[in-house]
Amino acid sequence: MKKIGVLAFQGGVIEHVKKIEEIGHIPVLVKKIEDLDGIDGLILPGGESTTIGKFLIETGVKEKILSLAEQGMPMWGTCAGAILLSKTIKNQGSGVLPLLDIVIERNAYGSQLDSFKKEVFVLRFNKTTECVFIRAPKIVDVGSNVEVLAQLDTPIAVLQGTILATTFHPELTSQNYWHSFFVENVIK
Amino acid sequence: MSEVVNVNERYELNKNLAQMLKGGVIMDVTSPREAEIAEKAGAVAVMALQKVPADLRKEGKVARMADPKIILEIKKAVSIPVMAKVRIGHFVEAQILEALGIDYIDESEVLTPADEEHHIDKWKFKAAFVCGARDLGEALRRIQEGASMIRTKGEAGTGNVVEAVRHLRRINKQIAYAASLNEDELYAYAKELGVSYELLKKTAELKRLPVVNFAAGGIATPADAALMMQLGADGVFVGSGIFKSKNPEKRARAIVMATTYYNDPKILAEISYDLGEEMEGIDLRGLSQNELLQFRGN
Repeated sequence: MKKIGVLAFQGGVIEHVKKIEEIGHIPVLVKKIEDLDGIDGLILPGGESTTIGKFLIETGVKEKILSLAEQGMPMWGTCAGAILLSKTIKNQGSGVLPLLDIVIERNAYGSQLDSFKKEVFVLRFNKTTECVFIRAPKIVDVGSNVEVLAQLDTPIAVLQGTILATTFHPELTSQNYWHSFFVENVIK
Repeated sequence: MSEVVNVNERYELNKNLAQMLKGGVIMDVTSPREAEIAEKAGAVAVMALQKVPADLRKEGKVARMADPKIILEIKKAVSIPVMAKVRIGHFVEAQILEALGIDYIDESEVLTPADEEHHIDKWKFKAAFVCGARDLGEALRRIQEGASMIRTKGEAGTGNVVEAVRHLRRINKQIAYAASLNEDELYAYAKELGVSYELLKKTAELKRLPVVNFAAGGIATPADAALMMQLGADGVFVGSGIFKSKNPEKRARAIVMATTYYNDPKILAEISYDLGEEMEGIDLRGLSQNELLQFRGN
């Protein structure tokens, strides 16, 4: 069983916690530096990227995560989490944890009225997965070392080494494909 | 991109946005400047208003939806979701906010009610709605009408948390009671509350409301916010408590911190330290029945 941290300052925390339990692993809430000790992977949930980013900086959790990333700690950002992991946020500089070589645009689809759900086929899983987009960002460019796992008009799921990002919310559906993929293929 | 046609799917998406606000603070703002302060302090959303509840309360005039100019200026100033209030039952104000592309509509007792018998039929809208409630019946009736988020009513604009505490405790107690009932009793209780059996049953099974529930009305200090979180709120709304205090930036930041570290008295002690003069509170015992906002809308 793996211990999987979920950054718990704010946002869709409990939804990820439930998924981790469902696939038989141990969730760990991360609010302080010491909560990062002994985890096998870290999920950065959806929420407000500005709010979560502020907590990351002010608590010093940011530095600890960056040093863990250097040691190869697997991480997965969903929606706001993907924004935090981006090297470039369109017109806004870089994410607080700029580990992923992508350019992302915040709220790229519009307001809540433009939130939507879509079935998307993922070749790696050979399955159609439910993707829920809530005031979602768009990945507008990816570096050459970034693998695109799923795509609509732009990439919606990308993997670079041990860093996974999805612009949608697999934790809001009844499926476990993405959580299983993170544990089995990214954390290993 | 409008992919969704199905009403239930739309409702799920609106509930999902509220889920992403969990553990956060939503702040009332009346200008782009205040909205920027709120965003900078770490608010997860702002409520765009013409006047904060404390001023509405003082004036005693008819309070309406804010001018779209103010709402759009605030929308432009921040990247976090923007909410705005409409009068209870005023479905045209809601149509206007939907046309403005607002993220969440608050059908609010803080404004003067437009309809004393009917709330807005929220199923007719694509937009997400949050509504106030003082007890389980009220919360479930609003959800039946299509609200995808609930907040306690509390007593807005008073800086006095007592009513928010009363409402949250009451809702929790009623859910625990519903969960203890057998099927026959649950039918009777649904009738008593004026809600559908199915919705009450679902609530009893979940042992919580089927949508996100924030605390609101009178939250003015970090300790107030942490209190509501420890009582089981999913997040908090802060109104006049911030911009009616001496150091709004610092207090806003402290309330955001307190909502995250609500279970950590040591951190709460640190962030409560030296916040400057707070909002003047009102002892509710000095208010007459018709000065209380929470009794608007049932």
